Amino acid sequence: MIRNRKPTLPGFKLTLGLTILFVSLVILFPLSALTVKASSLGFKDFLSLAFNARTLSSYYVTFGCAFGAMLIDLVFGLLLAWILTRYSFPGKNLLDIAMDLPFTLPTAVAGISLAAVFGAHGWLGQWLEPLGIKVAYTPLGVTLAMAFVSLPFVVRTVQPVLQELDREVEEAATTLGGSPIVNFWKIIFPEIRSPALVGASLAYIRGLGEFGAVIYIAGNLPFHTEITSLLIYIRLDEHDYPSAAAIAMVMLAVSLVLLLALQAAHAYSQRYLEKSA
Amino acid sequence: MKRHDTTPTLGISARLLIGAGIAASLFLIGIPLITIFSAAFKEGWQVYWKNISQPDTLAAIRLTVFAALVSVLVNTVFGVIAAWLLAHFRFPGRKLLLSLIELPLSMPSIVAGTAYLFIYGAQGWLGPWLMEHHLKIMFAVPGIILITVFVTCPFVIREILPVMESQGQDEEDAAHTLGANGWQILLRITLPKIRWGLFYGIMLCNARAFGEFGAVSVVSGAIRGETSTLTLQVDQLYHDYNSTGAFASATLLALITIVTLMIKLSIEHSSTAKSSDSITSSSMAAES
Repeated sequence: MIRNRKPTLPGFKLTLGLTILFVSLVILFPLSALTVKASSLGFKDFLSLAFNARTLSSYYVTFGCAFGAMLIDLVFGLLLAWILTRYSFPGKNLLDIAMDLPFTLPTAVAGISLAAVFGAHGWLGQWLEPLGIKVAYTPLGVTLAMAFVSLPFVVRTVQPVLQELDREVEEAATTLGGSPIVNFWKIIFPEIRSPALVGASLAYIRGLGEFGAVIYIAGNLPFHTEITSLLIYIRLDEHDYPSAAAIAMVMLAVSLVLLLALQAAHAYSQRYLEKSA
Repeated sequence: MKRHDTTPTLGISARLLIGAGIAASLFLIGIPLITIFSAAFKEGWQVYWKNISQPDTLAAIRLTVFAALVSVLVNTVFGVIAAWLLAHFRFPGRKLLLSLIELPLSMPSIVAGTAYLFIYGAQGWLGPWLMEHHLKIMFAVPGIILITVFVTCPFVIREILPVMESQGQDEEDAAHTLGANGWQILLRITLPKIRWGLFYGIMLCNARAFGEFGAVSVVSGAIRGETSTLTLQVDQLYHDYNSTGAFASATLLALITIVTLMIKLSIEHSSTAKSSDSITSSSMAAES
């Protein structure tokens, strides 16, 4: 948006200088240190450290569980966004505010709590275990912990869109004899598809990086429930800095690529919407 | 904005959906939250109090509060500066700058801790120089503060930038035309306009500063009574099989979360009462 502003506000140079200085010192400088450290390993060593069997299986656990968590978040996020915008019921405000809890609750606190709830003697674990559903110390536990921390993303991206959606269109469709399910697919789904995908992608990225909430419920068995963040932590603890640098570099690169892809997709869909409008 | 009338009677499918949503939230959010408190008080008030008043826990509280205070202060100043820049000026690279500022939100916190280690740690770029001058940053308080600043730097700006952009800058422009300088505009016009967004941003930043675990666990060394923050204390007690103690410390962190959310609720409530604009959670519009 470019508007013709005659009197330009003061402070451009000062705030630009300070912002760039801060971003360079706090964000760019450490990330380039990591990049330089990882690239100093040499290509062959990098590959063998970043893609050996144990590391590969940690990627498998992390990326797989984050994907499962994203699906859970998508289903429950859409459901919660829907009931929070469409119905009024007692406790609605409380439910709305509870959606922010996973963002603000310290992840380590969430972690020990989830481990206690879903452990063999926990509130929910004691009922699930006899049914043959083991949560603690399994990939399912890792998935649930990731789903917990990233649940708000889908809710909070879809909720404002549903709120703004013109209900008259839906009502007209109903009057014209459309069934609720057809109306949902034809009228509501196209509107919330792209915010839901953005929310789900953010949830996925967040799940990949989660550490505190996961490690207590995971049991951290190598090749079974060991996530990549924990493996980096273990390598640092062993003073195996080359390994830590290589694996951390992979995770940094993956989150950067996903973030850029998300932004590009978002920009593309904005342009597409503007063109078609 | 037009208000939607909510249907007075709910059909069966609506009731089912609401029931499923509430059940899912209880399952994933409600029960874990209750568990924190019930586990902390399992052995009664006295044990709880004994756990909280342990010297190591008190030291962890002091360190956590100190680190949070410093990083919230730094990030509030940075947030206002960066928001001024990004809201009022269009320049090449603006989008890139914004993405960079938001980067800490979407990268694994362990990776952040590792990156900081390669600067300030013994193996890091500045390691030898720091060693020579007897400055200890990693596995000490300065490292904890530095990494907390990194992890929490997007929070203030994320709350105030949408508010500044949605409110426009007509008042600022008018003041400028009338001869006000930048500081006067900032202090008398912009800050009062964005005060609720700023306040909530500070609260979120603070909550995250108190709760950061992954990155801090890499750089702190977690020396009990010295460089152990509250979340690290929770971790250590839990690994000592003192789960009552771990949950006791966890209640303090959970309380900060609950207070933060209550403040958000009351800000939203007061601003919906005063303005007719709809309030979305991501960008809280201050009252107009």
